[in-house]
Amino acid sequence: MNNKQWIRVTAMQNIPLREGRSVNVAGREIAIFNLGDRVLAIDGRCPHQGGPLAEGIVTGSTVVCPLHAWKISLETGSITKPDENPACVATHRTRIESGIVLVEVPEASQEMEERPLSCREQNRARLSASPSSSPAL
Amino acid sequence: MMERLVVVGNGMAGVACVEQILKHAQKFEITIFGDETHLNYNRILLSSVLAGEKAADEIQLNGLEWYAKHGIVLRLGIRITDVDAEGKMVTGDDDSKTPFDKLLIATGSTPLIPPMDGLEKEGLFVFRNLDDTRALLDRAAPGKKAVVIGGGLLGLEAARGLQVQGCDVTVVHLMDTLMERQLDLTGGSYLKAKMECLGVKVLLERSTTAILGNGKAEGVAFKDGSSIEADFVVIAAGIRPNVELGRKAGLQVNRGIIVTDYMETSNPDVFAVGECVEHNGTCYGLVAPLFEQGKVLAATITGNRGPVYRGTIQAAKLKIMGVDVFSAGNFSEKAPGTDAVRYEDPALGIYKKLTVRDGKLAGVILVGDTSESHRYMDWLRSQTDLTAMRRQLLFPGPADDAGLDVAAMADGKVVCGCNGVTKGAIIHAVHEKGISTLAQLKDSTRASTGCGSCTEMCQQLLKAVAPEFQEEAKKSLCKCIPFPEDKLREILRSQRLRSVQEVLEIYGNGVGCEICKPALSYMVDMLWCGDHDEDRSARFINDRVHANIQKDGTFSVVPRIRGGVTSAKELRRIADVAEKYNVPMVKITGSQRIDLLGVKKADLPQIWADLGMPSGQAYTKGVRMVKTCVGTDFCRFGVQDSTKAGVELERRLEHLYTPHKLKMGAVGCPRNCAEATVKDIGLVGQEGTWQVVVGGAAGKKVRKADLLITVESTEEALQAATLFFQYYRENANYLERTYDFVERKGIENVRRDTVYAPLATQQGLRERLRKSKRISRDAWLEGDAPRHPTQFVQIEPLEKVQA
Repeated sequence: MNNKQWIRVTAMQNIPLREGRSVNVAGREIAIFNLGDRVLAIDGRCPHQGGPLAEGIVTGSTVVCPLHAWKISLETGSITKPDENPACVATHRTRIESGIVLVEVPEASQEMEERPLSCREQNRARLSASPSSSPAL
Repeated sequence: MMERLVVVGNGMAGVACVEQILKHAQKFEITIFGDETHLNYNRILLSSVLAGEKAADEIQLNGLEWYAKHGIVLRLGIRITDVDAEGKMVTGDDDSKTPFDKLLIATGSTPLIPPMDGLEKEGLFVFRNLDDTRALLDRAAPGKKAVVIGGGLLGLEAARGLQVQGCDVTVVHLMDTLMERQLDLTGGSYLKAKMECLGVKVLLERSTTAILGNGKAEGVAFKDGSSIEADFVVIAAGIRPNVELGRKAGLQVNRGIIVTDYMETSNPDVFAVGECVEHNGTCYGLVAPLFEQGKVLAATITGNRGPVYRGTIQAAKLKIMGVDVFSAGNFSEKAPGTDAVRYEDPALGIYKKLTVRDGKLAGVILVGDTSESHRYMDWLRSQTDLTAMRRQLLFPGPADDAGLDVAAMADGKVVCGCNGVTKGAIIHAVHEKGISTLAQLKDSTRASTGCGSCTEMCQQLLKAVAPEFQEEAKKSLCKCIPFPEDKLREILRSQRLRSVQEVLEIYGNGVGCEICKPALSYMVDMLWCGDHDEDRSARFINDRVHANIQKDGTFSVVPRIRGGVTSAKELRRIADVAEKYNVPMVKITGSQRIDLLGVKKADLPQIWADLGMPSGQAYTKGVRMVKTCVGTDFCRFGVQDSTKAGVELERRLEHLYTPHKLKMGAVGCPRNCAEATVKDIGLVGQEGTWQVVVGGAAGKKVRKADLLITVESTEEALQAATLFFQYYRENANYLERTYDFVERKGIENVRRDTVYAPLATQQGLRERLRKSKRISRDAWLEGDAPRHPTQFVQIEPLEKVQA
């Protein structure tokens, strides 16, 4: 069930500093952010009302949804505003090879068959397995 | 016959002392000599002049009329070179001889120049007086390499000032920590980090041995054999009391002219005050002690010998905007029985340390947050027993009631340390003289005219005591950058900051949020009239792609249709676009425009190109539209050509950004068909005149606009409207609509600051509007020339994966 794959997504310079871009990878909409010293990726839609997170303002290591200003941690996927919000988005590991951003995503078919893990469980499993995203370049 | 008092020195100490003497019974004919050619000015603020925060004429303290009023003979540009204490005569460098009965020496100090080679070279500066400051301003230019020798108060202030002027600045300091007389190692390292964050380089433990260069300064060499390049060098390595006259007068002189507790020298007819004196082994180089000395001296010299000077607790405040450093008393932890109480937060750059001895405060260091400095100064001065407060020493008390601090102060507590003005004196002045503004308070009591650090407290006192005092509600922009917006505008302007990230890094938490980033983006655009560093990551998505985001992540497109006047051809193009891109909804808006809803981001550039119309800015805080009625062309009631006036107004202001969205209207008669009286700016046509109205609203709130002015011609109406427009741009807070802005300012004040303002003020507003307009452009032109290759592009992954 842990089958994941690294996908070459796009050239690093296609994502401007402190901005996000959305990309469809293996049937998933993923938002990738360039934080200068690293690149982080999360699922592309806000758990509130489906706002496009890639279009949000980046503030430190969180992104603010452009629709109703929910704040989502790019590191953990949890909601930091409004407070005490159990909702969460999935995070994805990233790395950079020769200026190309790679994102690790679950194999699409897998998800359909297995009991879907909540994003919290997924993130927890991922975080305990290895350090989060590797530094850029 | 009145006695003749000759004062040598027209600086802060000498003149402040004369002011005190004048408070006693008039008994002197006074002559003041100054070797500078300027009137008395506030030397403390020279660094503000260098940093461009103040103009040279803004720091003048006493105008000519003050000298005239008190019958004081002022001799400027004359240096007193000799004194004959026996014959009671001073000699100037113009060979003039002036007799005196009493002599007051207030010659201050001169910069200390450490011994090194090459001191004769051109391009070497000191930073001591107004002429030095002007010379530095002349020399400073973007890209010039400046080396400042000396990392004390003055050196750092000079460094920052030069850096603001665009220079590449390095501070060279002999010791292992900056401001070592005021800070310990930790405090110094916090300060160093802050200076480096501002972009000033700092080299510690470097002993300068030579100024390098062929005839002119080209670098400095250090004892360790290394060297750095420089286009010019500033020496700010300390000061030396000017004691030569004291010596010539036969006074007892050590490092400074020695004075007693009554401010007497060894000659009963010769007095000395300020930086040139030494009291109890100490020479003072800060302003507060000079004022205290002046008061005592004034009593003694006028025959009221009684008050004594017992020395001053040294307190210093670094005057660099955004770099808060305060130090007072003795911060050493070495003395037996001394406890150090510390607080630090490296991320916020805050360091606080109190030294407590025998239950009393001995010294204080504050870096990064000096808001409590007054409380600590009070504890130092009063030697309050802190035993009961031990747990709260470093934490402010509950601050919910802003007046509480002020209310809790005893009347005898000093508010203005520079001028020694107590709370009681301020309250007395308020009651006796009916003072209700800070400016009046300054005039009357001199409070807050020195370093200005007590301004806040003076305002609080006024608020508490003066019945008419009105203070603007000052709210910080947000937690990331804790300044009210008017203060931020001042900082950005004076510090010449053009990029949002730079502002956040220097004055904020380096990160910012969705509240302050768009606000700062607006501010830099407005302040620099569009000539700023645009950072799209600090903009809301609407301003990144120039369209309004909808709940499903699609966008809406509203082309500009000036005054609501369109044509068959335009409508046909809009219809074609709607069909070609399967636009889900086409809607006539409330603003006489057409909205195409449900457009994909990637389609935006092509849609704009097909429309061939400029952006209507319906997605942004900017100029929306001018709604018009049909005016005189067809309407049988119209008395003014509102359509033409509205189209012209829209043309003059389109593409510009404003603190909040700005909607306008123009109507040809008082029937108000286009609802101009509930618009941010409205032109209301009447028989033979236009009424220009501002601050109307028909949104969350309904408010009838206030009349700004009534004028005869359409051109005058347009001029009044655009004047208000720029005034709103420059003075409103971000997200403050005109109706809140006009209410906050008061329409009388708005009129006074715009249509009734002095011509120069009006011209300034117009010139800045013209400049902004000249640089502005239709945002939709970015469709052809995107700012970033993926601005409108949906990225496709390089690797396809089967879904």
